[in-house]
Amino acid sequence: MAVPEKVALRPIDFEHDVIQKRPVSGQAGLRSPEAQAPTPGILAADDNVLFSTLTTLVNWARSRSPWPLGYGLACCAIEMMATAASHHDLSRFGAEVFRSSPRQADVMIVAGTVTHKMAPRLRRLYEQMPEPKWVIAMGNCASSGGEFWDSYATLQGVDTVVPVDVYVAGCPPRPEALTEGVLRLREKIAKGG
Amino acid sequence: MADTDTEIRQIQEGANLVLPIAETDEGIQTEELILNMGPQHPSTHGVLRLVLKLSGEKVVECLPVMGYLHRGLEKIFEWRTYTQGIRYADQSDYVSNMLNEHCYAGAMEAIGGLEVPRRAEYIRVIVDELSRCTAHLVWLGSYGLDIGATTPMLYCFRDREEILDLFEELCGSRMNFNYFRPGGVLYDLPPGWLAKLERFLDRYEEHIESDYVALLEGNEIFLERTVGVGEIPAHLAVAYGLSGPIARGSGVAVDLRTTRPYSVYPELEEMRPVVMSEGDAFARYKVRVGEMRLAIRLVRECIADLPGGPVRARLGHVWKCPKGEAYYTVEGAKGEVGVYMISDGGPNPFRAKLRGPSFVNLQILPWLLKGRLVSDAVAIMGSLDFVLGEVDR
Repeated sequence: MAVPEKVALRPIDFEHDVIQKRPVSGQAGLRSPEAQAPTPGILAADDNVLFSTLTTLVNWARSRSPWPLGYGLACCAIEMMATAASHHDLSRFGAEVFRSSPRQADVMIVAGTVTHKMAPRLRRLYEQMPEPKWVIAMGNCASSGGEFWDSYATLQGVDTVVPVDVYVAGCPPRPEALTEGVLRLREKIAKGG
Repeated sequence: MADTDTEIRQIQEGANLVLPIAETDEGIQTEELILNMGPQHPSTHGVLRLVLKLSGEKVVECLPVMGYLHRGLEKIFEWRTYTQGIRYADQSDYVSNMLNEHCYAGAMEAIGGLEVPRRAEYIRVIVDELSRCTAHLVWLGSYGLDIGATTPMLYCFRDREEILDLFEELCGSRMNFNYFRPGGVLYDLPPGWLAKLERFLDRYEEHIESDYVALLEGNEIFLERTVGVGEIPAHLAVAYGLSGPIARGSGVAVDLRTTRPYSVYPELEEMRPVVMSEGDAFARYKVRVGEMRLAIRLVRECIADLPGGPVRARLGHVWKCPKGEAYYTVEGAKGEVGVYMISDGGPNPFRAKLRGPSFVNLQILPWLLKGRLVSDAVAIMGSLDFVLGEVDR
């Protein structure tokens, strides 16, 4: 077995390591550039009746309970908690099981401002999540930089680091808006996106 | 992951480091272990990272790493006009937004020597106290989650929603209100708002006793995990510059509402600070619950005394802050919220320094965690109640 070479420690170059190496958003839930080729097996072949039905069924099942990663960053995290709590009750849509480990999560809800210091961690968390995975950018900060558009320390939109499926506007978005975002994501997953 | 020079050095040093063999009390030889907690961790209340050095189950050393939410708020204040800056002050402690706004607006008023109408002062106290309640409710709910009680969170967020509904009716937003203005508040109370508030206070008062206190103080696990845990002696609380419920839980009667009075607090008869002497996590919990009860009494008194009149001083269309500087403090939900503002007469503040109580309160964490069990780390950290938006700013 080949022993992997030791990688020398060096500081993270933000432009090179994080922004340029960003995974591109692919089709059918496949994200990273290496995984662009269709996965062998029944799920990829939807050109016949039997298997396409199975794909639809699998997508339907996936869309019904997307487990989010409990990843609160800033103000939006409080509204995310409020969405999951008693009054707005996200569990009506099967998305209330906030996982603390990225390895058990399907959806990453980026709730809050992503700073330059946080961005490499965000990328690592995204890469630790198993396929298929989706990202909801919650709030203006995560969507486009928002009101921190001229700050020296923040990322101008989380889509410079990870591919985003649903953008939820608001500062912070109301719990109803986040619920709507989750519903839109459900539609997208059900269509195989 | 290494970003800063310090972190790179730590890792490089760590690569050559052979961890010392430690011996536990039972005579078992173990190695010291470095455990990285955060920045994505459910009980660090945001994005704090703790590097814990463990010997067995005991914490030998704790190094908090901050800055994961540093958004450059103080620089942004310099680029925004005075009124725009209020909106950004919201973002500092994002669970008790009104209190930050009060502080930022108060600093401007202190420089400009503005007189705030009486009605506006009473409205300010009402929204401040309600905002303090939301902060303590979020704390109580998430602290319950931290130490394994899921139910209080559902109850706490129920009451928080009601307060947010009131705020929404008042200023159109659930969080980040942008409600305070130099010389008053933006809108007067909408018709029927006070009656709604009174009805809510009746329900809320009952909920505190029947739900929160009964659920938590009647729970043996909660008592086991908080009583006697994370004790801060009074002299250390003063030495570390702690403020707010943490200092008052240690018997230091520092409450800026009485010791450095502002707004109409000195005129309120009900204003008596809640002080406990034990200094442990349970005392801090008692202080916060006591403050929720105190807030109800204060709001009721304000409603009874609420005068009529305008809610905003007439300043003209473009108000320019005169030259000068001021430090204004408000008793926030976490402690002393302060804004040091320097004005050079221009449209923007020359400098606005934000004193976040969470940042100051956080510095006692390494001292508190030393020698404690890992399982206590979460209980102690939660009881300090910091908000990372305020720590990193």
